Amino acid sequence: MSKIKETVEEALLPIQNGDTILVGGFGLIGAPLTLVEGLTAKEVNDLTIVSNNLGEAGKGLGLLLNQHKITHAIGSYFTSNRDVGNFYQKGELQLTLLPQGTLSEALRAGGAGIGGFYTKTAVGTALAKGKEQREIDGEMYVLEKPIRGQVALIRAHKADTLGNLVYYKTARNFNPLMATAADYVVAEVDEIVEPGELDPEAIVTPHLFVDAIIEAKQVLTREGVISR
Amino acid sequence: MSTALSKEQIQQSIAARVAQEIQAPCVVNLGIGIPTLVAQYVNDPGIAFHTENGLLGVTDVEEADIDPNLVNAGKLPVGQSLGASFFNSAESFAMIRGSHVDIAILGALQVDETGLIANWSVPGKNIIGVGGAMDLLVGARKVIVTMSHTSKDDSSKVLKECTYPITSTRQVDLIVTELAVFKVIEGKLHLIELMNGTTLEEVESKTEADFIVQL
Repeated sequence: MSKIKETVEEALLPIQNGDTILVGGFGLIGAPLTLVEGLTAKEVNDLTIVSNNLGEAGKGLGLLLNQHKITHAIGSYFTSNRDVGNFYQKGELQLTLLPQGTLSEALRAGGAGIGGFYTKTAVGTALAKGKEQREIDGEMYVLEKPIRGQVALIRAHKADTLGNLVYYKTARNFNPLMATAADYVVAEVDEIVEPGELDPEAIVTPHLFVDAIIEAKQVLTREGVISR
Repeated sequence: MSTALSKEQIQQSIAARVAQEIQAPCVVNLGIGIPTLVAQYVNDPGIAFHTENGLLGVTDVEEADIDPNLVNAGKLPVGQSLGASFFNSAESFAMIRGSHVDIAILGALQVDETGLIANWSVPGKNIIGVGGAMDLLVGARKVIVTMSHTSKDDSSKVLKECTYPITSTRQVDLIVTELAVFKVIEGKLHLIELMNGTTLEEVESKTEADFIVQL
């Protein structure tokens, strides 16, 4: 069965109320903007979103937040969307703040079947509160658990029809990690090519991680996000 | 004297001073704000700039060459050097946490007299972002902090104790403000330089923390 989906609706069909969704991107850079816009049109709520940021105010995941579809956000930097703080202060949004290295490693662990890891990051700070700590070879570490989602929405540059992916510059960021850490993975790409057209040495995400592919309709340009 | 400097001049003077700390060969991670200005004062192919969103080999970019998908940690447009590489976030933080980054240059909201910093949270305000700050403090071999010496209300940001939540239990190595350069030696601030013609009296009056004068 082909992984290529003709419509965003079809690609987002498996998403259900209460799902945890991993969303790639560093702000809007490398974010699956077409799929996120598709989510704003879908009847779904009570979502947990795992993403470095919640987009920007009224852009990307910020749109979804304003629709009250997100009840819990897990990320490292929410300051870039001022709406996040307002939702949080009103008690309408649960936030889990993680150091960016912990967020990315937790996704890697989630995708690799690793049950957690000890890191020195955050030891002795408010972000280590309530977490197990232990001394290893004379240094203190904090236990961090893996992160997985029911769904991952990611952005890549090119896919072949099998689902092999290559990325573009700093739009790579969390996307290859999230591709490994969900039951159902949709990749939004600029171009879909035939098998053999991507250099096997250059493929970053091998096809077994990818379940569905769509072509990007919402893209980030110098003039901002535009439809094409 | 320093009060006559514009905000831009203050930032540039701090960046130029920090650049003197960078000796090739090394890998340097630049934080958001003043740290991003440091690169323009460094011109040595033996120095590579790292940004945690996934690029080793950050350079300045000309307006005509701006690519919206090529940015630094502050989401500002950058260029890529010859020999640059891109990688995912976990690999980027393996570089940081695994101590492969030699120098981290960070902004801070407060620093205390033992060299601890606070730069990720202001209780009660909508500043809810830690980004890579905690990782950099744990992993970078040397940490340099850049900040203005005082807040907008003229209160000192160099305190006896941070009132905001600390970023790490690791002490930073060097603090550069528009008035002074402090080196942290054995958990104590040492004033090693006066900046921009500042007097010792001015630094003393604008610094809440105790420090040792070693000019």
